Amino acid sequence: MVDDSTRKTLSNIPLLQIRAGPREKDVWVQRLKEEYQALIKYVENNKQSGSDWFRLESNKEGTKWFGKCWYMHNLLKYEFDVEFDIPVTYPTTAPEIALPELDGKTAKMYRGGKICLTDHFKPLWARNVPKFGIAHAMALGLAPWLAVEVPDLIEKGIITYKEK
Amino acid sequence: MSNAIDELQAIIAELKTEVEEQRAVIRQSRDRIEHMSAEVVDSNPYSRLMALQRMNIVKNYERIRDKTVAIVGVGGVGSVTADMLTRCGIGKLILFDYDKVELANMNRLFFTPDQAGLSKVEAAARTLTFINPDVRIETHNYNITTIENFDHFLNTITGGGTVAGQPVDLVLSCVDNFEARMTINAACNEKCLNWFESGVSENAVSGHIQFLRPGDTACFACAPPLVVAENIDEKTLKREGVCAASLPTTMGITAGFLVQNALKYLLNFGEVSDYLGYNALNDFFPKMTLKPNPQCDDRHCLLRQQEFQARPKPVVIKEEPSADDEPLHASNDWGIELVAEDAPTEPEQTTSTAGGQGLRLAYEAPEKTSSVATPAPVDDTSLEDLMAQMKSM
Repeated sequence: MVDDSTRKTLSNIPLLQIRAGPREKDVWVQRLKEEYQALIKYVENNKQSGSDWFRLESNKEGTKWFGKCWYMHNLLKYEFDVEFDIPVTYPTTAPEIALPELDGKTAKMYRGGKICLTDHFKPLWARNVPKFGIAHAMALGLAPWLAVEVPDLIEKGIITYKEK
Repeated sequence: MSNAIDELQAIIAELKTEVEEQRAVIRQSRDRIEHMSAEVVDSNPYSRLMALQRMNIVKNYERIRDKTVAIVGVGGVGSVTADMLTRCGIGKLILFDYDKVELANMNRLFFTPDQAGLSKVEAAARTLTFINPDVRIETHNYNITTIENFDHFLNTITGGGTVAGQPVDLVLSCVDNFEARMTINAACNEKCLNWFESGVSENAVSGHIQFLRPGDTACFACAPPLVVAENIDEKTLKREGVCAASLPTTMGITAGFLVQNALKYLLNFGEVSDYLGYNALNDFFPKMTLKPNPQCDDRHCLLRQQEFQARPKPVVIKEEPSADDEPLHASNDWGIELVAEDAPTEPEQTTSTAGGQGLRLAYEAPEKTSSVATPAPVDDTSLEDLMAQMKSM
C-alpha cells in the first residue's frame, strides 16, 4: 500500500492535532500554524536527505496555496506550478492538488489539472483525519504521482526539458 | 469589381435566408402555459402526466409546479436528471456546475457536440428552456467546495425556493467526487435540508442513490461511503492510464432511479428508497436503510440527530392479530418454528455492518481515537513568522 521509503518520509512529518476548517475562523489560524510547522519540517527533512522537491506558500487566509514542484529525471530538472484550494470540508477531505500546465496532457488527471490519486490515498487520508495535513498530502499524493507520470510524459515527448 | 459586389450580395442573401430558417427552428419552442391541463389532446404537453391523477397514482400532480429542486453537478447523471424533471414540469431548477462541455462527454446523454466549449449549466439551461419554457431555470457556474463560493451556495439552497426566501424542496447531488459530496452534506446538515446522493462507480458497472434526511438517516460523513459490491477482483481491474470509465446506460439508469424517488418524495406517492444500489454485471438491486452514527464527526449531524430524537414520531398502526392466530399446538417440545420466506433474515442494518446484501463500505472506517493524549506544544511563533520562514526556504 505505502512503500517503506514513503512510510519513513511520513513518519518524519509532524502530525497535526487541531480539527478545524477554513470556515471556523479562530481555530483555523491554529490549524494553519500547525500546517506551516509541518511543511517547514518536511522541507527541511527533504533538504537534508537531498530530495528537496517543492515550495509552497498561501494567501493570508491560508485558503489558497501555490508554489512549485520539480522532478529530477536523467539529471535534468523538470519544474511545474502547483496550486490548490483548501476545501470547506477540510481536513475531513484532502485538498485536490493541481498542476494546471499539465491539464489535458495526461489521462491521470481530472479537469483543471487536478491529479488523479491512487485508490489508497483517500482511505488513508480518512483514517488519519485530522492528523494529516498539507505536507502529508504532498508526500502521499503529489510525490508518487510525479514519480510515475513525469518519466512517462518525458518518454512520450509530451513534456520537454526547459532551461531555467 | 461590380462582379465581386454581385457575388457578395448573393452570399449575403443566402446567409439571410439561412439565419431566418435557424431562427424559425428556435422559435418553434412553445409559449408558457399558465395551468397544467388534464385534457388529452396532442398539443397538451402535460396530458400524460396529469393522467397519473386519473389512474390514482398521484393525488395532485400540478403541485410539482410549486417545487424547486437544486441539482449539483450537471454531468452524466445531473444533466439527464435535469432533463427528466424539466419534462415532468418541475417549477424551478437551480443548476450548479463549474465545468465545460467537452467532446469526451459525448458517450453520455443530453449534451450535443455543438455545445462543446459552453459551460455545462449554460448549455443545459438553453436545452431545458427549449424543451419546457414553463420551468424556471437558474444557473451557477462555480465550484461549491471552495470557501469563496460555499456561502453563496448555502444562501441559494436556503433562499432560492419557489417563494423567494424559502429553502429549495430537495437537493440532488449528481457530482463525481467525494469532496463535493461532503460539501453538500455539510451544507444540508447545517440547514437541515433533505437531499439525495447519487453515484456511478469509476468502472461504470454499478451505481446507487441514497436519501439523506438529516438526523433521521445516516449522513454522508456518518460512515465511509457505501458502495455496491461488484465482486470484481481488485487485482484484475486495470486502471492504467485512466481516471474513470463511463456508460450512458448506467448513468441513465441511475438518473432514472434518482428522479423516480425525487418525484415520489415531492408528490407524496409510493415508497421512497433510502438506499438503492445497482450492479450492472448481474442486474442486482440491493436496497437498505442506513441509521445515523451517534459518533458522527459532523457536529451539525449530531444536532440534527438530537432534534430528530426529540420530535414525536408518527404512530405506525399495526393490525391486531385476529383470533385465528392462536397457537395451533399448545406445546412445542422441539422448538420448531415456521419462518416466512420473505421474512427479513437480519434486523435493519447499521452502518458498521453494512456488508452482506451486496453492498460494502468504500473503505474501513477510521478507528475512533480518544482525545489527543499529548497537549499541543506551547508555541509562540506567529503565523506571519511561519509564513515568512516557509517563503524564505
